[in-house]
Amino acid sequence: MSKGTVNINVHHVTRIEGHGNIVLNATNGKIEKLEWQVPEAPRFFEAMMRGRSYEDIQTIVSRICGICSISHSLVATKAVENAIGVKVSEQTDKVRLLMHYSEQFQSHVLHIGYLVAPDLFNAPSVVPLVAKAPDAVKTIIGLHRLANEWSDLIAGRTTHPVTLRPGGMTKVPTEAELRALQDRIKRCVPDLKVVADVVYSAAGNLPNFERPTEYVSLKQDNPPTYTFYHGEIGSTDANDTVAVNDWKTVANEYVVDQSTAKWTKWHRDSYAVGALARFNNNAELLSPMAKAIAQKFGLKKGCCNPYMNSIAQLAEVVHVIEAAIQLIDQLLTKGVRQETVRVNPKAGKASAAVEAPRGILFHEYEFDRKGTCVGADVCIPTNQNHANIQKDFEKLVPEILDEPEDQIRLKLEMLVRAYDPCVSCSTHMLDVQFVR
Amino acid sequence: MAKPKIAIFDFACCEGCQLQIVNLEEEILSLLGGADVVEWREAMSEKSDEYDIAVIEGSITRLEDEERLKLIRSRAKVLIALGACATMGGVNKLKNNFDDLDEVKKCVYGKAASKPHLHTGLTKAVDEVVQVDFYVHGCPIDRKEFTYIVRSLLLGKKPEIPDYPVCVECKAKGNPCLWQYDQVCLGPIIRAGCGARCPSNGFRCFGCRGYTSNPNVDAAKDVINRFGLNVDDLKTKMVLFGSKQEPTIYE
Repeated sequence: MSKGTVNINVHHVTRIEGHGNIVLNATNGKIEKLEWQVPEAPRFFEAMMRGRSYEDIQTIVSRICGICSISHSLVATKAVENAIGVKVSEQTDKVRLLMHYSEQFQSHVLHIGYLVAPDLFNAPSVVPLVAKAPDAVKTIIGLHRLANEWSDLIAGRTTHPVTLRPGGMTKVPTEAELRALQDRIKRCVPDLKVVADVVYSAAGNLPNFERPTEYVSLKQDNPPTYTFYHGEIGSTDANDTVAVNDWKTVANEYVVDQSTAKWTKWHRDSYAVGALARFNNNAELLSPMAKAIAQKFGLKKGCCNPYMNSIAQLAEVVHVIEAAIQLIDQLLTKGVRQETVRVNPKAGKASAAVEAPRGILFHEYEFDRKGTCVGADVCIPTNQNHANIQKDFEKLVPEILDEPEDQIRLKLEMLVRAYDPCVSCSTHMLDVQFVR
Repeated sequence: MAKPKIAIFDFACCEGCQLQIVNLEEEILSLLGGADVVEWREAMSEKSDEYDIAVIEGSITRLEDEERLKLIRSRAKVLIALGACATMGGVNKLKNNFDDLDEVKKCVYGKAASKPHLHTGLTKAVDEVVQVDFYVHGCPIDRKEFTYIVRSLLLGKKPEIPDYPVCVECKAKGNPCLWQYDQVCLGPIIRAGCGARCPSNGFRCFGCRGYTSNPNVDAAKDVINRFGLNVDDLKTKMVLFGSKQEPTIYE
């Protein structure tokens, strides 16, 4: 019915983490208003961090986000260690990486299976899909449970880890526990194929839309790795990487009226982060099975269709499974032991970065000589995507304005969901001016 | 009898407690077989204004959110506070320790802090705005406890929530006391029911389930003295989840 006249006002987009609105008003093909709005209540974490001890930072910032609490905890712990000058053992580094993989796995399976799949199969939620495709839903549930039990083992619980401390771990899994986990991970490989086939059967419903975009993610050259946890900042618009401590020259945050979350830009008006960004920067380093998944869906390096982010996530699900199996082998070969940790705090300021499931995440802290926090500054992946979502809207809407209003609405909602936004994160953790 | 209608709403929080509901996996289906979930923004597209049980996640920080919460309360027969942000304000209450909220805003948003959409008020727990019928404690909530409480309500029974300290569960598990490992653990004064999950992983209790209704302040002071610490050492830990909470040992 639209004939270029539409009034779409999606107040609080569903099936995303946090609150976002879509507003589109157009009359006779002329767009009067088109906005991706973020009205989430801000929580002011950075201000609250001041005065807290270096050993309590992780406990607080984990609460920025329930879905990526492991990423927040890991990056905060790394940043605290960098700031107070503490190095960790090789074992600690590997155990933490294994913890990080569990979150990529959990978050991607949740996003693809519970949040995106209903769109592909024309359902309002995963619940009706139980009747439509019981085996596929059961498989997804099984994978999600594995992801959670994996986090439980390494992080002490599924959400908000309790095994991390500056300098090391409070507890590491035993070799027998690691062997049992590895066995379960190996056994889930056939399930991944089932999920890939199910998504493939509906992949035709992913809109065909492209917009040349700058993609930003971590890159690790030594050794060359499809990285989530180490390395420096890379971009599809730049040949050289940028040191993590210089992340503010990448993010260039600014405040806009339509959002309680800040926006960012680097070489262009906006940039994108997340699975597709990691893929576009590092695709050749994916594991063999993950490469096969990308190929099956025709996902190639240089892809600039944001809807394909979910497919890049699918490839990453497979990648982290293969990477985790190898990582556990490495841990078992060396033997696992409980390590004692002693930390003497000192004054300092430093940053760290990790790839949260939905994109690169920066934390920076400054401490006085007693280890009391005097400043914190954090930049969340979803923040870095907000401007890009708006720019995508501005190119997409004129292309589809003649379609029925329901279709336009669905494509806009699907676009937002494709970015896997974590809005509570992005407003709860903005930028901080150091205050003394 | 018609199935009771349940709606889940989120305010300022990390949505990690909703995630624990998702993490019930198949059990959600059997648990909710006795009920109809009519609204749950994070997981479903459906919305509804008719419900019997409202589950509230998150803390309340803005006037418009207070109004929304009051409307939900007026429609619901039973209201459940889900997780530490809802039951006591959670880490969000750390903000209330700063006397000047404008300074807090400027710290985060700089010169843009005066823009109207960035307005914030003091953080409130749900029961500081409306009456709460049941509390699901913890950050995040414990999936098993949530299941137990919902199942009890659907069966018309009153759920029993522990009112003894974490130390009881920790000792029963045979864990070594973390105070002996130089950790300032809040186990003696914090409500049990979590199975002492954090101390069992070698991490001090930081108080996410709130104080017991009659915390053994003397025991806490005893422990502080025995390990040569002072009340300030305990206070810096209590403030994480216990900001502006009563009772306290501040006196």
